[in-house]
Amino acid sequence: MARERQVLLRGGTVVDSTGSRLADVLVKGEVVVAVEAPGQSSEAPPGALALDAEGCAVAPGLVDLHAHLREPGMEEAETIETGSRAAALGGYTAVVAMPNTQPAADCAAVIRQVLELAKSACCDVRPAGAITVGREGKVLAPMAEMAAMGVRVFTDDGTGVQSAALMRRALEYATALGAVIADHCEDASLAGNGCMNEGQVSSLLGLLGRPAVSEEVMVLRDIALARLTGGRLHLLHVTTADALQAVRLAKAAGVPVTAEVTPHHLALTEEALRGYETVYKVNPPLRTLRDVVALRGALSEGTVDAIATDHAPHPPEAKDTSICDAAPGVVGLETALSVCLTELQLPLGTVLALMSWSPAKIAGLHPAHGGPIVAGAPANLCVVDLAKEWVVRPEQMASRSRNTPFAGRRLKGKVRHTLLAGEPVVVNEEPQR
Amino acid sequence: MTPRHLLSVADLGALGIDEVLRLTDSFVEVGARPIPKVPALRGKTVVSLFFEDSTRTRLSFEAAARRLSADVMTFAGSSSSLNKGESLRDTVLTIEAMGVDAFVVRHSCGGVPAQVAGWLGAVGDASVVNAGDGAHEHPTQALLDCYTISRERERRFGAKAGRPQVLSGLQVAIIGDIRHSRVARSNVIAFAALGASVTLVAPPTLLPPSVQGWPAEVSHDVDGALAKCDVAYLLRLQNERMTEQFLPSVREYTALYGLTAERARLLGPSTLVMHPGPVRRGIEIAAEVVDSPSSVITTQVANGVAVRMAVLYLLLGSGAPVGA
Repeated sequence: MARERQVLLRGGTVVDSTGSRLADVLVKGEVVVAVEAPGQSSEAPPGALALDAEGCAVAPGLVDLHAHLREPGMEEAETIETGSRAAALGGYTAVVAMPNTQPAADCAAVIRQVLELAKSACCDVRPAGAITVGREGKVLAPMAEMAAMGVRVFTDDGTGVQSAALMRRALEYATALGAVIADHCEDASLAGNGCMNEGQVSSLLGLLGRPAVSEEVMVLRDIALARLTGGRLHLLHVTTADALQAVRLAKAAGVPVTAEVTPHHLALTEEALRGYETVYKVNPPLRTLRDVVALRGALSEGTVDAIATDHAPHPPEAKDTSICDAAPGVVGLETALSVCLTELQLPLGTVLALMSWSPAKIAGLHPAHGGPIVAGAPANLCVVDLAKEWVVRPEQMASRSRNTPFAGRRLKGKVRHTLLAGEPVVVNEEPQR
Repeated sequence: MTPRHLLSVADLGALGIDEVLRLTDSFVEVGARPIPKVPALRGKTVVSLFFEDSTRTRLSFEAAARRLSADVMTFAGSSSSLNKGESLRDTVLTIEAMGVDAFVVRHSCGGVPAQVAGWLGAVGDASVVNAGDGAHEHPTQALLDCYTISRERERRFGAKAGRPQVLSGLQVAIIGDIRHSRVARSNVIAFAALGASVTLVAPPTLLPPSVQGWPAEVSHDVDGALAKCDVAYLLRLQNERMTEQFLPSVREYTALYGLTAERARLLGPSTLVMHPGPVRRGIEIAAEVVDSPSSVITTQVANGVAVRMAVLYLLLGSGAPVGA
């Protein structure tokens, strides 16, 4: 048997949930074996790969609660291979893959297929299971058989569970499985065929709107159901100030609810739609400045538990059409951390909490992902060059799709290396497989 | 400086609108000739790209292009019937490759003419005319409405107005389904730019979610609005609005907001009654009001061709004199 691989991350600042310190990190095989003050291990052990982390943060790998990897069924948009490579480049060592594939991941057979494909992925791909059969919102999917395969997140994402009765049953049923029910909160009867936030801008542009209340009534409903059932509720992509206020009150009342926000909802407003560019069409829609301010304010106070990408790749033909016909969604895995570091005036530790250890806990992946960087811990790590400035070039992305709303933007901070179970899957910003 | 495209009537501003109206005067004169045709756009190709059915507007544009001696091509198909394999962008670029000077674009979704202009901007110098996009705008309708109001008032009452604000001091009531109306959006911009005071009259469900920043008042009092307006502009009510739960019934709408014969008695002697068509007699407007002397609905249609000639001439004209 070949000797175990050794990697030395040298000269960086280790940042994890316990704080930060200057330290070199030595990885052997799949685990961290030493975290030592610089100088003590200035010589890499013979045969070890030394990776420069000078001026960088060495952090637990990021964890995305919300990525659409499109496989099986929509491989023209993304595959587990390309999506996980994009994730690794973005610093992610684990992503929760959404079940709105074709067929939907609503039973053990499809979960097994995703897990099989995930074996050669560039990050840990954890499939979420559908709440209802075919994501049709009518009949509960066999959650227990999926949970037995390790599924810990269930969602019909893409749409919300429209029936309050069914949502109640899902929350009740999941309590026995140790799973979380994640909901895409938009009341379909209020959102209709809207293609942007409803309000002043949509009225001027003559576009059908998706009102903020379509999200808020469903957030309020789900909170009431979580309170009733005791089931763990995760709110996907919360976007409005009033929805956040509902989450704030629910948390204060002890309701078992967590919430995520996306980088695009933190960085962009509905004003982006004024040029009718379909790349900005996303569900829930980009909201108003008031909402963005509220979202940003909630990040550091604990109302928001995680920043998730809602990475939603689409091929060009799905976007090269009218706003009404265009598919909603933006890609985000390769830009999420940089956008957050650039746009949010937050301490690095807070950003990492929202993008690594906190989502890892929600998805049941902690401490394998997001755990403290100590001897014996699994080596799922990312190294972030905090000073590096770069410009987003869609044509250079690893994702199979190019629908980023940040094309041409100058961002500060970039992932330099990513280690997945000790293997350097990204070295010097280049994917290794 | 003439804009390259006409995507919104706001692209023109008051001066630009006035320029179109004055140009329209000369094309109305051309239309009255035994052979109503000028060679101004000889050698130019105009394509009407209609992704939404609209025979009237398409015919009006095509008549305008032909009277300017342009070559005309027609693409008609609903967006849903587009070949699934070809994106809207590819459709546009394919047609552009045939050699086109102007695209006249109609689509059921707002923004498509702006998107077409964006796609074309990368490959050539063709112009785009918005022939109606979703609930966004219908700029040539607004131009022909401004023309009709200004010239009809001049013809009927000798009302001479200052320029460019030819509608200065006039009260215009736009009545009906404002929410879904591209005509209303373009007309609010154009009427206000030309100096008119605009009142939007509709049930609350048929107003846009927000009219913040619109140069218009809002009212639910149709009788009050009719009694004081110089122009009563009725919008078409579509049957879908009942199934979409915007209204209880057509009957109730007509009773509350329709320009019935009885209500028409509230109108002043010089008030003009207008409608962008197609008119649903007995629903938003009574048949006898359509046919009454205050109605200028057919004049609007007649002016449509001349206004569209003016727009195409302005965007594509080589500077040759109109009367040549």
